[in-house]
Amino acid sequence: MKTPSIARPVSALRIVASIAFAVLAGTASSAIAPSAQAPDFSLHAMSGPNMRLQDQRGRVVMVNFWATWCAPCRQEMPQLNRLYQKYRSSGFVLLGVNVDDDPSKAAEVATKLGVTFPVLLDADKRVSKLYDLNTMPSTVIIDRDGKVRYVHRGYLAGYEDNYEKQIRELLK
Amino acid sequence: MAATRAAIGLWHRLLALIGSLLGVLAPGASRAVDLPGDKAEALVHSYIGGGVNAYGPAFLVRKSIMDKVSLSGTYYMDAVSNASIDVVTTASKYKETRHEFGLSADYVYRDAQITLGAMTSHEPDYTANTGNIDVTQEVFGGMTTVAFGFTKASDKVGKKNSPEFSDHAHHWQYRFGLTQVLTPRWLMSLNFDALSDDGYLGSPYRSARVFGAFVPERNPRTRNSRAAKIKFVGDLGSFGAVNLGYRYYTDTWDIKAHTVDGGWSRYFGEKWLADVFARYYTQTHANFYSDNALTETVYVSRNRQLSTFNDYGVGARLSYNVRRVPGRYDVKLIGTYEYTTYRFKDFTDVRTGELYGYGANLFQVYLSATY
Amino acid sequence: MTMSRALACAALLGALLAGCSVPKLEPWVKPYERERLADPIMKLSRDSLPDKHVEHVRDVREGARGATGVQGGGCGCN
Repeated sequence: MKTPSIARPVSALRIVASIAFAVLAGTASSAIAPSAQAPDFSLHAMSGPNMRLQDQRGRVVMVNFWATWCAPCRQEMPQLNRLYQKYRSSGFVLLGVNVDDDPSKAAEVATKLGVTFPVLLDADKRVSKLYDLNTMPSTVIIDRDGKVRYVHRGYLAGYEDNYEKQIRELLK
Repeated sequence: MAATRAAIGLWHRLLALIGSLLGVLAPGASRAVDLPGDKAEALVHSYIGGGVNAYGPAFLVRKSIMDKVSLSGTYYMDAVSNASIDVVTTASKYKETRHEFGLSADYVYRDAQITLGAMTSHEPDYTANTGNIDVTQEVFGGMTTVAFGFTKASDKVGKKNSPEFSDHAHHWQYRFGLTQVLTPRWLMSLNFDALSDDGYLGSPYRSARVFGAFVPERNPRTRNSRAAKIKFVGDLGSFGAVNLGYRYYTDTWDIKAHTVDGGWSRYFGEKWLADVFARYYTQTHANFYSDNALTETVYVSRNRQLSTFNDYGVGARLSYNVRRVPGRYDVKLIGTYEYTTYRFKDFTDVRTGELYGYGANLFQVYLSATY
Repeated sequence: MTMSRALACAALLGALLAGCSVPKLEPWVKPYERERLADPIMKLSRDSLPDKHVEHVRDVREGARGATGVQGGGCGCN
């Protein structure tokens, strides 16, 4: 049995593939870097009133950007809720910024997941652009002076342990 | 597992090298691709056309183990009752059943997904064993997905009531796919395949016709093929989604084929999803194909699959969401029907001498539960 | 122009682009703008089992194979 002579199409495929990949590979760099001042914003909360980031000065703030159509975001929610319940009395606040086009979907899913922390609605993506998100979900941890300390991109099981460590460190 | 990690590590290092050579960053480290979700599916399929009636059940079960590997098992059965034009005019009607078992494992590492699969198919006179590997990688901020795949198949060909007949066939398939997000509403996908076949590539039951007499067919023992497809999918808001694709195929048997397919999908309320689709296919004949050869050639075949023909298909699919809890489980019941008409340009019905043509009906009833 | 010549030109172009100070290509659809694309209606292949059946039927009845995006077209039987 002889080896098939498809060297030509295979090497052709390889060349096309490597060019395509080489030209397209890359990630955008984030505008939000640790130790920069967290950009201020004001958004409607799901429950009605506006909430402003500046008003949270003095507390440790975690801003979590999520969407109903993003599976890791939904997986992360119960963990975030647990952290909120545990540390809210120590000066910790969690703001869940939802980027769905349709805010009513956000309300439906947030209720189903039993979310108790404030859910802010960023349907026009204004704050997402401000924070130059390049992943969903994205979690930004801000210290009591309003400075960005940690930025987490994406969510994998176990990330919540890191979050907890960092929150405790900043609450001290 | 250590060998897999080493291979993946090498893969990432290669990507990083290419990326750095162009002054561009390698794929992001913290973003993750999801493992396929757990599911169980059952399908009843039926194809009736051209005197052939093939039907059967198929099942698929998928489960993820420790959030690292997703395993899936499939079973597919084809009960074929064959009274097709070839069978009726040169042999006699027969029934046989084909059983197919498949197993695959999916592993996710950062932005890459690796799939390893094996499949075996048995029918009384044909056994096929297949192994495949597929690697999918998200790049460019998740806007581009690159996929490479390879399949190797080994077949053992036999002939009913002829134990002295035994032959083999080997197949190699190299796949490259690219999915590119164009806008928040449009996607494009490109697929390139190179296929190579070696060994006994015909049918021991099929006859060719030379100077009006029926003789056993003689096929080449190699075949190299290339196919390229481009497809666009777009979201039109409340109007639904549309898709349009074109595929070009060519091989060393001189067959050239064009396929155009398109469809429209739309939600109706919370529970219903409807699709309508159409497909047009046309091909030119293999260089050794002839309905009635008037010269002696090394290779000759009267296999209508290798003739000049086209087919038109239209179909519809209706999906009903039986039960849905977002992020928990999703049960759907789907029914599909497709009608395809085949028109042969250089294959005749020996009973009438007319160019052959027939219509085929395809049905599917499918239940899918993801959890 | 033959296939290999065209590819060689493309490779050269790619290398030149890389060498030049061309502004880096940034992803133009942000992750938070992918809502419509995440909908199952936009999937290229929604259900693997039914697609596999259709793929098998086509492989048996037509001369062309491959490049459909459906994994594993069937047993390759005649």
